[in-house]
This record gives sequence, structure tokens and C-alpha cells, in this order.
Amino acid sequence: MTQTLKPREGYVQAFAEFERGAAVGPSWLTPLRKAAISRFGEIGFPSRHDEEWRFSNPAAIAETPYELAQTGHGLRMTASDIASYAFEEMGGTRLVFIDGGYVPSLTVIGKLPQGAVVGSLSEAFAAHHPAIEPHLARYAKFDTAFPALNTAFLSDGAFVYIPRSAVVKEPIHLLFLTTDAGKPTVSHPRTLIVAEENSRATIVESYAGIGAGTTLTNAVTEVVVGQSANLDHYKLNRESLSAAHVATMQVQMAQQSVFSSHSINLGGSFVRNDANAVLAAEHIECTLNGLALIDGKRLVDNHTAIDHAMPNCNSHELYKFIVDEQGRGVFNGKIYVREDAQKTDAKQTNQALLLSADAQINTKPQLEIFADDVKCTHGATIGQLDPEQQFYLQSRGIPKAEARNLLIYAFASDVVSRIKVPALRAQLDAILLSELPRR
Amino acid sequence: MTTAESTLEEIARQDYKYGFVTDIESETIPMGLSEDIVRLISSKKSEPEWLLEWRLKAYRHWLTLTEPQWPNVTYPKIDYQALYYYSAPKAKKVLNSLDEVDPELLATFEKLGISLAEQQRLTGVAVDAVFDSVSVTTTFKGKLAELGIVFCSFSEAVHEHPELVRQYLGSVVPYSDNYYATLNSAVFSDGSFCYIPKGVRCPMELSTYFRINAANTGQFERTLLIADEGGYVSYLEGCTAPMRDENQLHAAVVELVALKGSTIKYSTVQNWYPGDKDGKGGIYNFVTKRGKAMENAKITWTQVETGSAITWKYPSCILQGDNAVGEFYSVALTNHRQQADTGTKMIHIGKNTRSTIVSKGISAGHGQNTYRGLVRINAGADGARNYSQCDSMLLGDRCGAHTFPYIDVRNPTAQVEHEASTSKIGEDQIFYCKQRGISAEDAVNMIVNGFCKEVFRELPMEFAVEAQKLLGVSLEGSVG
Repeated sequence: MTQTLKPREGYVQAFAEFERGAAVGPSWLTPLRKAAISRFGEIGFPSRHDEEWRFSNPAAIAETPYELAQTGHGLRMTASDIASYAFEEMGGTRLVFIDGGYVPSLTVIGKLPQGAVVGSLSEAFAAHHPAIEPHLARYAKFDTAFPALNTAFLSDGAFVYIPRSAVVKEPIHLLFLTTDAGKPTVSHPRTLIVAEENSRATIVESYAGIGAGTTLTNAVTEVVVGQSANLDHYKLNRESLSAAHVATMQVQMAQQSVFSSHSINLGGSFVRNDANAVLAAEHIECTLNGLALIDGKRLVDNHTAIDHAMPNCNSHELYKFIVDEQGRGVFNGKIYVREDAQKTDAKQTNQALLLSADAQINTKPQLEIFADDVKCTHGATIGQLDPEQQFYLQSRGIPKAEARNLLIYAFASDVVSRIKVPALRAQLDAILLSELPRR
Repeated sequence: MTTAESTLEEIARQDYKYGFVTDIESETIPMGLSEDIVRLISSKKSEPEWLLEWRLKAYRHWLTLTEPQWPNVTYPKIDYQALYYYSAPKAKKVLNSLDEVDPELLATFEKLGISLAEQQRLTGVAVDAVFDSVSVTTTFKGKLAELGIVFCSFSEAVHEHPELVRQYLGSVVPYSDNYYATLNSAVFSDGSFCYIPKGVRCPMELSTYFRINAANTGQFERTLLIADEGGYVSYLEGCTAPMRDENQLHAAVVELVALKGSTIKYSTVQNWYPGDKDGKGGIYNFVTKRGKAMENAKITWTQVETGSAITWKYPSCILQGDNAVGEFYSVALTNHRQQADTGTKMIHIGKNTRSTIVSKGISAGHGQNTYRGLVRINAGADGARNYSQCDSMLLGDRCGAHTFPYIDVRNPTAQVEHEASTSKIGEDQIFYCKQRGISAEDAVNMIVNGFCKEVFRELPMEFAVEAQKLLGVSLEGSVG
């Protein structure tokens, strides 16, 4: 990619190179990629004038000449290099991707029920897995810039397939690492999760950075939850403090399915998460929770959209922000209740804790309701630590700093206590009780 | 559902009760908008040079702007060259008392239920009646003048109190503020002006009745209210408009200046023609209302919005001084094909500033009701406090309720709370009432009025009665 090019043209040109080289996969993928890049060519990157990007200015991303990350570097890494990100104690299956490339040598496949597949997309392409074509790139629309780029550069990624009535007991860990290449690089991790009828699984998607490279992770995750399936999803963001992270999760839910997702954001200088769920049938239970710890000059922007397309569905959202120093938190939670979606019960809560004078939060809960027999509520609160509570703890001999931690921990525990993967919860506990104030 | 459905149908059949056209000779200027028209309006009103300059500045700025697309409303594109920008009832002679007023005009007011004579004698409310764009008569002037209160039409104020107008005009809503406010700044016809001197408590509720009359006349009101240090005023604004087929544009600007320790209470009942049940006709109401509160001052906006085809309106408070208080209470009802995108902005700048937002949206028929609000706590606003509540009620399954609350906080000592809920009138609630001998229609009426109680409580007495009646009228004939 020539650096003198404007960012938009740069990506379009990089795509031409990519198409000649690394673009592998089935033939039906080619027109999708072409459509995605031409869409990106039309619209380019969003600006602050786009309502969806009003409070998180993507100009820095648009102006940085990111090059497509080379995947070779990851193959030389050893288990000890990734130990601190691997959650060994979690057990089960772990897929490792470094700079967007699959690393089989670091991957561990645990016990899986018959028919279940956890592996790379390229393997699944080669095996002509029947669940790929009907689902991949069918839900995450590429009408906006970042999903369009991800779809255009789609060649590999994670693929999880849980067959009908199968139960995967141990969590499946999808680990995406980025390394410092000495120049700005971009990777486009792609994940497809298909849980068939009556199946059950727990998925942990985690993103982390090794070193302090200028990287952009532009991830897209598509989740298909079949009838009566139950999927527990966690996303952990521990990107390096100089990394930008933009991710879209698109969830498609069938009748009586249950899906819950917890998005935990600890790293990244510029983080934008879009979590979208389409409740396409009746009696669905959808939960989207989130927790963000923001310090330094970091920005975390959580956008959610829950589309109640059919009657008798429930959705719950709880998003918490802890903002310190010059950090900025942004929340936008959309709930759509379509004309036919009677008996919808949607609840959304957004709470922010501001710990410093320069911390900032922009929140915009948004309800769009077209049906009358529904229960929809949203609440947003913004506040600080209660000095009286702090005094109470101090008067009982707890040092000031510890008292502060304890109160922050209490604020976050609403979300943390809902996490059902012990290894994940333990790490969060440790961070909340010690690391945050010292960072 | 049966009761709710029939309620809906009844609401849909509901006619606009205030639709009539008064046959009065109107003086209009050529259609369209140009610099010449701006000059013509200014010269017709024999305005001073500085005001014409201000209008022209606004007009030139307006040419650079584009119509905002972000509101959650849809309507056919407005052709700004197909409007008349000035229309005044032809004055027969200079008027000294009510007896000299055109009897036809008086009859119109009689129909609206605001007979000036009646008002003057019985209610003690001073009414500055605006018929189309020119103030026809001002009452109670003498009484107010004794206290040093100025309450007159805007054009009168330009001539009699130019120093006040010049100092405060555009100080809260600058000419470059937004598309409609800029248009208004260029072509505003008339409006009300009020000045409350230091330490004076206005002894009566001031009220203006706006009324759009001549077909195709955009109404560009300009209201400026100034409460000097320690002053108090309660201001009432109410509107009805005759039935029209073509959409009428209304782009008013209201500026409130609440100086140190003063209080301004601004109440509105808006019942302009909403269009027929297919959405034909009706007023486009694109209004900019904003108040600036200095130290210890308080501004309260209360509004009941039942009319207009499209309402685009965000009465806002800039809480500039320390300890300033801003309040916003709103009931917005959309029926048939009405669309409302309304809410408020509370900008906290001073320390210990407080604001309260209570918004009640009711949607029926195919109505679309949007609450859009902003609460901003600036970095210097230590100890700022906001409480917001926005509730929606849906009557029927073809209407919509939307909320877009923006909350921007840049100060850790701020406390901000926002709550929103959506509900409907339950079959069980209506059944309960019917069981006790209350008709379904009365039950619906009662429940809706109960839903809005928090807002009605903030209205002055006369308005509270009118507002309840208005809602009652909208829900009339809903027996299943």
C-alpha cells in the first residue's frame, strides 16, 4: 500500500493485492468480498458528523495508514509467549489467532461432542462444512465501513459449530492476539458461531495485544442461535494501550433460544463495540451486559441494538462504565419494538461512575416502539463514589485507597457476578481490586 | 383489545374543534423570499437601521444553511419561495380602546373563547392578542406600566425600548442558531416583548393568544422576555388555528433572559390544526425556545402539545449562573398522522445548577411521538444535579413512541438520573373502572389525565383546566 494514497483508496488498492494473493476460500465468497469493498469504496470511513459516531471520532483510524498484518510472525510464537492471555485454568478448547492468522501449534482442542467443530474458517472451507455457506456473511450487513472492510478481507477466522442437542460443557476460548510489527497494521478477525437446535455451549472471545504496536483490530462475529439453543458468550478486550479495536457482533436468534453476552473492556486506546441482536421468533431471551474500565486517555464506545421483531420476547441490558483520569465512555443502546412485537419486555440499564474531574461520559439510551402492549424501560445514572461510604469504611480502619477500590468493586460486581466462567471472573476480580487504581 | 380499538377509532373520527376562517382583509406582500422581501418587511414596520442589518445578516447566513434532516419526522419538502412572509390585517385606524377594534376580529376571539372584554373584566389576565402577525390590541397596559413592567408587541418595543431590544435580541438564540431560527431572524413579523424591572413581581399572568389566519402565510413570531434581577413573571402562550388544506409553516423564536435571582415561568398550550385523519394539511411547527438563567435564577417551561401536523420543538435552559434552576414539564399528544419530535436541552454551566425534566408522550392512531433531550454537565458545573423522566403511553398498535435522550457529563461531582418507561392502558384498568360504574370513555380520560398529572400540576390554573379539556376532547367518544 502506498502511503501517499488517501485512506479509502489505500484500502481499495490493498484489496486488489489481497485478491491476487491471500484471498482463499470458496468461490461464492468472491462476489461478497467484491460487493463489500465496493460498498466501502462508496462510503469510506464515517466521521464525527455521523450520528452513530458522534462521540467517538474515527478520524485517527481513517488517517492512519494501516497495512494488512502479515500472519507469518505468529507461527514462531511459543506457548510461554501467550501464557498470560491463554486462561490455561479454563481447560477445554482454545483456538489461537495471531495477527489474523490461525496458529495450529498453539491451539488446543478439548473434548467435544460428536459432530461439533471448533477450528479455523479456512479448514471449514476446505472441508466444505454445510453450515458455512448459509450463515457466513449473511447476518452482519456490510453497509457500514468497518464490517464492509472485514468482509472484503475475509479469508480466515474462527468457526464454531455445535450440532443439534449437543452440549459442550467446558468453555471454548477464541483468542485473537496482535503483535507489534514496527508499523501500523490492521487485522480483520472473523468469527462464525452456529449453535443448532437444543444445543448448549459457552464461548469466550478474547482479544489481546502483545507489545505496544499501533494496531487496528476490526472484528466481526456472527452468532446464530438455533431453536431452544442456549449460548453463553463472553468478550474480553485486553488490547494494548496503543491499539484501536472496532468490533461488530451480530446475533440471529430462533424460537425459544437463550443468548447472553458479557462484554468486558479493559484495554485499547480507541474501542468501539457494536452488539446487535435480532429476535426473529417468539419466546426469546436475550441478555447483553457490559463493563468498561477506562483510564488514561482511552475511549470505550459501546453501541447495542436489540431488534424485537416478534412477540413475547424478553431482553435485558446492563452496561456499566468506570471512567478515571481523562477517559471517555460512550454508550448508545437502541431497542426497537416492531409493530407485531406485542408482549415485549425490554429492560435497559446504563450506569457510569466518574472518578476524576476530566472523565467524561456520553450516554444515549434510545427506545423506538411501534407496538402498544409492551413493557419497555430504560434507566441511566451517572455519579461518583459516595464520600460518606468511603468515610464509613475508613472509620473502620480500611485505608483510603482500599476503600475506594472496594466501592469500585461493588459498583462493578453487578456485572462481574453474572459471569459464569470462574477463570474469567477471578481475573476480573483481581484487576478490579488492585490493578485499576495503579494503572 | 376491543375497548382500546374502539377508542382508537373514535379518536380517529375526532374532528378539529377550532376550525374556522375569519374573513378579514389581509395585507400581504409578494410571495417568496429575497433580500428585497426582508427589506420590505423591515420598512413596512419602519424599523431602525440596526435591526434591518441584523435581519439581512440572518438572511445571508440562512442561504448557507440546509434544512436539518436529523429529526425523526417525515414531510414533503417545503418550498420556501412559495410562502408569504408577511401578512397584517389592514388596520382601519389607530386604536385607542377595545371598542375601536374590528368587530369581526373581536368575534373571532369570542369564538376562541378569549373575548378581550371578558378577559379584562373577569379574569384579570392581560392579553396581548396577536392576530396573524400584527398585534391588534394590548390590554392592561396601564396597570402594568405603574409597576414599570413593559408588555407590548415586539414592533412597539423596537420603537419604544430600542435599547432593551438591541441588548437582548439574539443574546440567547443567536441569528445563526439553526435553520429555522435563522429564517425567523430574517423575516420575523411580530411577537411579544416583556420586561420585568428589578425586584418586581408581575401581579398577573401575562398571556398572548397566537392565531394563524391568512392561508399560506408563514408565521414567524419573535418573543423576548426579560426578567431583571429578582423579578418574577408567569407567561402563558396558547394557540389554535383554522382548518387549512395546505401546510402552514410556523417558525417562532422565544428567548428568555432570567437575570440574577429572577424567575420566569413559561407555559404553552399548543393546539394548532393537526391535519385531517389522513395527515392532509396541518401546521408545521418548527420552534426554537431557549432561556438563559443567571445566578440563582429559575426558568420553568411547561408545555401541552396536542396540535400541529409536525412539532419540532426543544424549549431549553442554559444554566449559566451558579445555583440556577431549569425545569421542563411536557405533555405531547400525537393522533392520526401527527408527528412530534420534542424535548429539551439542559446545559449546566454554573456550579450547583439543578434541572428537572418530566416528559409525557401519548401516541394514538398513526401518531409518532419522539422525546429528544440533552443533559450536558460542563466541566465547571460542580455539584450539578439532573433528574429526567420520560414516559410514553401508546393507545393502539399503529402508533410509535421513541426516545433519544443524550447525556453528556464532564464533571465527576454531577448526579444525573434518567428513567423512561412505556405503557398502555390495560384492559384490566378499564374493566376495573367499568365495574365501578365509570364509562370506558371516562376511564380512558381519567387514566390519561392521571398519566399527565405531574405536568398539569405545573400549569397555571386557567391553563390546567384548558389542558385537561383538550385531552378530554381528544379522547371523547371512546365508549367501546
